[in-house]
Amino acid sequence: MMSVFLNIALHHLLARKRQTLVSLLGIALGTAFFLGISAMMQGSETDFIHRLIDNSPHITIQDQYRNSQIQPIARLYPDAVVQMHRVKPETETRGIRNYKQDIDYLLGLPGVQASPMLQGQGLLSFAGKDEALTLNGMIPKDIDQVSTIGQYMIDGSIKDLTENPDGIIIGSELARVLSLERGETITVSAATGQSHAFKIVGIFHTGRASFDEAQVFLSLKRVQALLDRPNRANTIVVKLDDPYRAQALAAQIEAHVAYKAVSWQEASEDILSTLALRNIIMYSVVSAVLVVAAFGIYNVISTVVMEKQRDIAILKSMGFHARDIQQIFLFQGILLGACGCAVGLPLGTAIMYALGRLTFKFPGSTQLNQMPIDWGWKQFAVAGGFAFVAAVGAAVLPARKAAQLKPVDILRGAGA
Amino acid sequence: MSDTVLKTEGLGRRLAGEIPVTLVQDIDLQIARGEFVAITGPSGSGKSSLLYLLGLLDQPTSGKLWLEDTETSSFDENELADVRLSKLGFVFQSNFLLPEFTALENVELPMQRLGRLSNTEAKARALSLLGDLGLASQAEKLPHQLSGGQSQRVAIARALANDPAIVLADEPTGNLDTASSAIVRHILRDLTKDRERTVVVVTHDMDFAAECDRQIRIVDGRIATDPADGRLT
Repeated sequence: MMSVFLNIALHHLLARKRQTLVSLLGIALGTAFFLGISAMMQGSETDFIHRLIDNSPHITIQDQYRNSQIQPIARLYPDAVVQMHRVKPETETRGIRNYKQDIDYLLGLPGVQASPMLQGQGLLSFAGKDEALTLNGMIPKDIDQVSTIGQYMIDGSIKDLTENPDGIIIGSELARVLSLERGETITVSAATGQSHAFKIVGIFHTGRASFDEAQVFLSLKRVQALLDRPNRANTIVVKLDDPYRAQALAAQIEAHVAYKAVSWQEASEDILSTLALRNIIMYSVVSAVLVVAAFGIYNVISTVVMEKQRDIAILKSMGFHARDIQQIFLFQGILLGACGCAVGLPLGTAIMYALGRLTFKFPGSTQLNQMPIDWGWKQFAVAGGFAFVAAVGAAVLPARKAAQLKPVDILRGAGA
Repeated sequence: MSDTVLKTEGLGRRLAGEIPVTLVQDIDLQIARGEFVAITGPSGSGKSSLLYLLGLLDQPTSGKLWLEDTETSSFDENELADVRLSKLGFVFQSNFLLPEFTALENVELPMQRLGRLSNTEAKARALSLLGDLGLASQAEKLPHQLSGGQSQRVAIARALANDPAIVLADEPTGNLDTASSAIVRHILRDLTKDRERTVVVVTHDMDFAAECDRQIRIVDGRIATDPADGRLT
């Protein structure tokens, strides 16, 4: 029996080819643009998150506690009003104590790479110029496992640092400012008064000028000596095989080591919120295109209902139920939605493919970049599903109106 | 089953509103199986309104209606539609065919909706009905390619598709030329003779009415004359 309703619906639509085609194009183009734009937005988001994940530690264990420590007397009398004057904190060497034990624990977890790091401030005096530096003391053989700095080397390699404990890797901007080259020796001093001569074994270029000017990479032992913090690290850098486990694992690690463990999601919470907001705006705009297209369908089916009142009266007089009439007009929405998707999804695929092949240069860059495009079955499902629901939704009101028509009112109006 | 196929008692239809309008009232009728009945009367007298009530297209505001011994006042819209589908056939004055469907498809539709016959059987029956009415060669034509008389014969074929007990026709010859009108009248007459089917026709055409077994005259929504009960006003 369904085939009868479908057949009538199809005949109604084919009788208005031009209007049907325009409605169909509305849904098809809406679906295609939905796919194209969402692929671009999703692509740029994925690209951004990949950069974020690749270029920063997945989890950073810092030499601080998430909650400030409670004074022993406050712990002893938790319900008392405790007021203390002239509390003098104990002077202690900052840093993660027994970090080697923590590293052993971390390396025992599946899919985890971890390495200690000691960061501190230093000063490079060269040719009458002083440059403040951030010293990154790391175990050279671990650098490639927990950092992507190796990918940005433009001269020398991380391996050279492994072979030469008195080596230093500097950024391209620092090299440019001080006219330094690989093989030259520079002296770095720290606030402790310690200084040490280092041989430049590599130069990196990340493209971020401030990073390339201020960050240097050295052996952990040398930085510990410079900063006078023997056997201390102030950060443990953790990389995971699956970066999306970071949040759960950070909580687990923090519970074990007691120091604050920050996942990349927590560290980039503001950026991720912005991305989520951007997605809401994007999907709202693209959905609006489909809603406008749905109004086209509403218009066509409403017109058909108006024009086909006499036919509705005939069908009802034959014995068609009100719900049969409703189904006939709903089928029109379904047909328009299905055909719109059938045209729109391949068209959207073509648009995504074309966008993915576009190359362009960012201002000031010599590198050719490709448009980041990300497409998956979810986008197709959302685009197709939304277009289909919009088309069928647009048919609901006219279909209900058609079902409610009284044949006798139409027959009287027709002057029978 | 009694010989009465259609019976009404005190049937009335009143339109509510600021000024209520009575379309028909106090209609007492009994129509027998195989009877060919004409409902006549001046314009606006309530002939068509009575036909719509008899055809269950409209629901009475008073009185009762029995169709083959079944009282229908308690039926909901779906039940009424089911009765129309299986027991009633309609022919209207204008060309009331679905314009996008061929003559054959128009006749097939009620059978497809009823679902008793397969598509092949429905098509064969539709062709047979069209053939009986001299339209075999017009089966694949669209309504706009048919003459008025041919269209009305297709409408009759469609009305007969589900083998109804009663055919209700509202001015079936009203828009036809003399020759086509004669053919349609003849066909409707034959339905009662050969097939023991009841036909109720609303008409202005007194010649056509004269060919019927019984003429019921409606004036101001009431039965003015009905030979069956000898009523004369």
